[in-house]
Amino acid sequence: MTPGLDHTLGIVALGAAVLGATGGMLGSFAVLRRQSLLGDVLAHAALPGLCLGWLVAGRSVVPLMTGALLAGGLAALSVLAVGRFTRLKPDAALGIVLSVFFAAGVVMLSHVQAVGGAGAAGLSAFLFGQAAAMLQADLVAMAVVGGGAAVLVALFWKEIAAVCFDAPYARALGLPVGAIEALLTLLMAMAIVVGLQMVGVVLMTAMLIAPAVAARVWVSRLAPMVGLAAVFGVVAGVGGAVLSAGARGLATGPVVVLIATGIATVSLLLAPGRGVVWRLVRNRRLAARLEGLRVLDTLRAVAQAHGDPDYPAQTGMIAAAHGLPVDRQLRQLQAEGLVAAVCHPPEAAQHWVLTPEGRARLAMVGEKA
Amino acid sequence: MLAEAHVAILLTGALVGVAAAPLGLFLVLRGTAMLTDAVSHSIVLGIVIVWLLTGATSGPVQMLGAALAGVATVAVTGALQRSGLVRSDAAIGLAFPALFAAGVLLINLNARDVHLDVDSVLLGEIGFVWLDTMRIAGVEVPVSVVTLAVVAVINMAFVAAFWKELTLGSFDPALAAALGLAPGLLHQGLLVLTSVTAVASFDAVGAILFIAFAIVPSATALFLTDRPARALGLAVIVAGLAAGVGQWLAFRLDVSIGGMMAVTAGGLFVMALGLAPRRGVLARLMRRRAEAADQQARTLVAHLFTHEHGPEAATECSGAALSDHLRWPPDVAARVVLHGLDRGLIERHGEVLALTGKGRAVAQAIFDPLGHGQSGGAPGSISASSAKAP
Repeated sequence: MTPGLDHTLGIVALGAAVLGATGGMLGSFAVLRRQSLLGDVLAHAALPGLCLGWLVAGRSVVPLMTGALLAGGLAALSVLAVGRFTRLKPDAALGIVLSVFFAAGVVMLSHVQAVGGAGAAGLSAFLFGQAAAMLQADLVAMAVVGGGAAVLVALFWKEIAAVCFDAPYARALGLPVGAIEALLTLLMAMAIVVGLQMVGVVLMTAMLIAPAVAARVWVSRLAPMVGLAAVFGVVAGVGGAVLSAGARGLATGPVVVLIATGIATVSLLLAPGRGVVWRLVRNRRLAARLEGLRVLDTLRAVAQAHGDPDYPAQTGMIAAAHGLPVDRQLRQLQAEGLVAAVCHPPEAAQHWVLTPEGRARLAMVGEKA
Repeated sequence: MLAEAHVAILLTGALVGVAAAPLGLFLVLRGTAMLTDAVSHSIVLGIVIVWLLTGATSGPVQMLGAALAGVATVAVTGALQRSGLVRSDAAIGLAFPALFAAGVLLINLNARDVHLDVDSVLLGEIGFVWLDTMRIAGVEVPVSVVTLAVVAVINMAFVAAFWKELTLGSFDPALAAALGLAPGLLHQGLLVLTSVTAVASFDAVGAILFIAFAIVPSATALFLTDRPARALGLAVIVAGLAAGVGQWLAFRLDVSIGGMMAVTAGGLFVMALGLAPRRGVLARLMRRRAEAADQQARTLVAHLFTHEHGPEAATECSGAALSDHLRWPPDVAARVVLHGLDRGLIERHGEVLALTGKGRAVAQAIFDPLGHGQSGGAPGSISASSAKAP
């Protein structure tokens, strides 16, 4: 490996880490506030801002970022305005702003490409991101914006948490809820600006949503969730950057997004407590336990019907009384020491009696009910 | 003539909007407009997979593939929501970028074939639709126009056949479900057709601009009218207008045609928002100003009426008193007086303002809205008459 390549990869990996941390951290708030799709809108809406920045100053990171931030802010205001002046559902406002801003970006992009010639080719890289073209100046700018966002979050942590979980309560406390919501939208736009170089406008939304969704199923408190989402974002970002640097022709954005979504999928399936597989296993275990208790109760009823609490009942007799096969449950109950297998001399078949533990268990369940 | 570039482009652009309008209408009404976003992104994966398997970039197989991809998106989104772990917005936002990313990656990996490239997936190329033609009844017709026309007819037929069910399902899903009208199934049908329409529109406008063609005309129409049938007609008109004006602008400015059509649709939406006769921002602003002016004129006649035969009539019924007693800044007071003079409510006798017959009638109506007090009575009579009222 040449030193130059190492240097590039280092910059790319660092940039991916900044992107992942920022996206995960700020995406958490968007997901909690059910504003995930606003992130999608702001990301797509950044395109005309990027073109404007390019027209003003060419390929230079500060004007590009400023343009994207302004366009994002304008898009957020437009969503609010459409919601305020029409009776259209909020969903429609999002769709209109997203598609029209993006279309404006497409128009400006075609203009830039017509007047700018070869130099403008780099601009379309912002659609899906192009990590390899990242410069040290880009990395510095990303770090500054990401760091600024982190500082803002730390400064207003309490207020942000209150607004995320219970905005009416926050308002009742006298917090400036509108201003905090505006701040959160600004933070979202900042996260998007950080990701444009790496992931591009079309897929940036995934970097906000996927790490946050993944983190949410592992933990239930805000601070760990934000931290974990940032970690997931870093893993996806760095992993994607390294992978796409290694293979020719792989755009960074899609790889990063697929890794982030993969983390989210695995988390949704396997996270202890809330994961889908986990819940499935727990439900089956609970169902088996309940069925065992019901068989135990049937055994008690059979014995009672014979006027003898220690009446040894044959397997088939219990099954007939229960209405379902009971062999598996009886063996399980035997293993737990709740029933005992006994021999009933003239007959060869297996017979069962309740143990004192079994009776105690039934009594306990009965009292609870 | 249909194969001529300008006409072919215009027809294609308009037909994308017309084909999507009936679907967009109900998606906007139901509040699921962003599913268009999800579906149009994720069909890219379906298109790429079908292309890799069969080599076809259009045609019935592609439609099927896209419909499946659209259904898969909706199914994944629904499953995520039902799991209770992810809310609806995050479910949409989680599902489609992943499918889209997978599609883009597959294109990347097979980039030697120039037939599908990332830029055209995203943006389409409506400028080239006239190159690909077929012969129908001896006339050269662009393939995209034929496909889109067929899709438009299918979509229109679908909403016409299920008009009642779709309308009820949009406004009151619970009632529709209780009546056995299967609103969920119809919604799925809408989304399948949206996927098919997106594929048919794909070559022309790409995955993302399609959202503008699908949502914006319908949203504009729904802003202007409350009746779904009228809105559908309006949406078709807006779509056609956007295509025509957009194309003209694009040629003049030498920019992306599809993009300009979508921007024009957005412009029409903003115009409707601003200029609509009753609901427009401008109309509402003017109405509010007219109401404020009316209220001030009523205050003025009430003030004059109260004092006109009183001992302080000379000082109270003057322009200066309006500023002092009603706390109107002088310019406001002057405007209100002018307004009152214009409407014939008051007249000027030197420095003193006096009510005209019309102005006195207005004042009486204010103090005695039910009309059973003594006519021309002093203001004290209001309390008397209201005290008398049972």
